[in-house]
Amino acid sequence: MNAMVQSGAEGFLHRFEGLRARLPGARLPWLAALREGAAEAFRVQGFPTRRQEAWKYTDLRPVAEAGFDEPLTMLDEGLALPPGHGTARAVFVDGRFRAELSTLEGIGFAVSGLAAALPGLEGRLGALAHPQGQPLAALNTMLFEDGLVVTVPAGIAGGMLDLVSVATETERPAAFHPRHLIRLEAGASLTIIETATGPEGARYLHNPVFEIEVAEGATLVHARLQQEAPRAFQLATVYASVAAGGTYDNFTLNAGGRLVRNEIHTTLTGPKAACHMNGAQLLGAGQHADTTTFLDHAAPDCASRQTYKTVLAGKSRGVFQGKILVRQVAQRTDGYQMNQALLLSPEAEIDSKPQLEIYADDVKCSHGATVGELDAEQLFYLRTRGIPEARARSMLVEAFLTEAVEGVNDAGARSALQAAVTGWWEKQAEAAA
Amino acid sequence: MTMLKIEGLTAEVDGKPILQGIDLEIPLGELHAIMGPNGSGKSTLSYVLAGREGYEVTGGSATFAGQDLLAMEPEQRAAAGLFLAFQYPVELPGVGNANFLRTALNALRRSRGESDLDAMQFLKLARERMRALHMPEDMLKRGVNVGFSGGEKKRNEVLQMALLGPRMAILDETDSGLDIDALRIVADGVNALRGPEFSALVITHYQRLLDYIVPDRVHVLIGGRIVKSGGPELAQELEASGYASVQAAA
Ligand SMILES: Nc1ncnc2c1ncn2[C@@H]1O[C@H](COP(=O)(O)OP(=O)(O)OP(=O)(O)O)[C@@H](O)[C@H]1O
Ligand SMILES: [Mg+2]
Repeated sequence: MNAMVQSGAEGFLHRFEGLRARLPGARLPWLAALREGAAEAFRVQGFPTRRQEAWKYTDLRPVAEAGFDEPLTMLDEGLALPPGHGTARAVFVDGRFRAELSTLEGIGFAVSGLAAALPGLEGRLGALAHPQGQPLAALNTMLFEDGLVVTVPAGIAGGMLDLVSVATETERPAAFHPRHLIRLEAGASLTIIETATGPEGARYLHNPVFEIEVAEGATLVHARLQQEAPRAFQLATVYASVAAGGTYDNFTLNAGGRLVRNEIHTTLTGPKAACHMNGAQLLGAGQHADTTTFLDHAAPDCASRQTYKTVLAGKSRGVFQGKILVRQVAQRTDGYQMNQALLLSPEAEIDSKPQLEIYADDVKCSHGATVGELDAEQLFYLRTRGIPEARARSMLVEAFLTEAVEGVNDAGARSALQAAVTGWWEKQAEAAA
Repeated sequence: MTMLKIEGLTAEVDGKPILQGIDLEIPLGELHAIMGPNGSGKSTLSYVLAGREGYEVTGGSATFAGQDLLAMEPEQRAAAGLFLAFQYPVELPGVGNANFLRTALNALRRSRGESDLDAMQFLKLARERMRALHMPEDMLKRGVNVGFSGGEKKRNEVLQMALLGPRMAILDETDSGLDIDALRIVADGVNALRGPEFSALVITHYQRLLDYIVPDRVHVLIGGRIVKSGGPELAQELEASGYASVQAAA
């Protein structure tokens, strides 16, 4: 008999006690210290609660109350990998890097699993993700076992890399906390398309943390297609730092999972850095998805664009919180934030909270939010042209999402996204039929 | 054979009775015109026939090619061959005009058991139809009716009609807002469809359109009722003396 699985923060702390000596890199003093510090921070903070401002609309109790095991991944029987978009791909199963399933030959930059690369990561791992005040980053730091390490050397055009995360169906819910480190050196470029999925019945917590460094003049397109299993939790946190003239382009699709948080912290650290954060949340019955962004304008002449669209069907709940901080040095900041929701059901609910904090005086910053339903007149117009109602609805939903999808500056990423949107819609239509 | 037969049709919008008992019969191959003052219920009639939600039929019937029109969904009415050119065409931001037209055409083709047109086949057909209507090709790339001028929207309605090839078209003030040349082009577009298998109901305020599209019958709709019907000369009479005389006589 196994010991009872403990739930809540205690469960994870207990797991850390049991595993600390066996976790990857346990013999590296800097890493051991990092993990101890994270464990201490997590012990003090526990899981966030709704009393905290940043978690006002998202209740993590379903995660805190569930008990999770270590993932015990069976061999690859029945493992369904989603289709790739590029030639290079890194595959993770239950949060562990699987070289034998990955295709990484012949690409012009360094990619490896994190566990194997740990000795060389002192000072880099944890440079952007700090456990203080960030319970999920603390949890990740305490328990991560693997992840992806990508370094694109200066001036190299890295092309497209698929980052695939598949969960397997385990007897008891499993939790995994991959840590991904992505660095683009000066003038480099890369597109990452990340797909996270799991089989229909799987229950798990996927708690990834990204640390992303975009150096001078580099460009990273990061498309995240969150299509987790219907009963899964995904709590993802992205920390990105963009240097002068660099661009970080994040698009996040939240289409799967039962309880999902997409939290992004981007800091523009040098003049003329740019950041696009776009996203779509497509939610059906029983789903809760939360996108929370923190954008820190810490240098002059930077531009940021955020467009988030949430479509809610059935009894679902969506959240958007977006904070833009413009520091005093960040003169001539150009910031734009828009979030819009489309309610397809009277039972659906959306909360949105934009927040501007501006200390510079020469700044152009705008934000807006709208909530609406499908337009009856538009729907009627389409139907009078012979277009069946379901198709007419999907056309209008796609039209609603267009602005966000078109913001993605990579054709491959855009078409991957479009396919994901269509797939979601077909599933909704099936469920409604 | 009768294309459209309306008997004793009454309808209300938001609880307000608008159609007060319409009787109208359009034989196959005929083109009828409806004229009438603002607010008399012309658009309401066209919406009721096209199946718009919120336009509640409280009595009477409408039969289209022998089928009970009022029992059908809007898309089924379209599949049966009914087309409505809107008085105020609807803007669809984010829906490309080409995608819209092709989706509509293929939906109708499917309902007739025909195969879809692929993008190339569709473009060829659309370009041909657009040339006839003197429409610039870049209107295919834009959002449906988004940023179109009033006249461009009307032409886009006629383009849809030309592509979808209905058995019967209801044109609700398609001539309003058109310049003289455009009026000609649109009229030519309608006349090109005329024949023994095509019927139309043309709603207009202006005799001028009926010079180009000569109707078989003209009806006057006032207060939700057809108060007078006659030949093409009735339109000229109205142009000369206004609705007051008709109303007084009714
Ligand atoms: N939602 C509504 N609630 C109340 N009254 C309405 C509503 N919609 C239309 N009506 C009324 O119904 C009447 C008929 O309107 P309709 O649009 O059919 O007129 P019309 O004959 O097409 O006029 P026009 O020549 O100006 O286009 C008008 O008095 C209008 O105000
Ligand atoms: Mg009208």
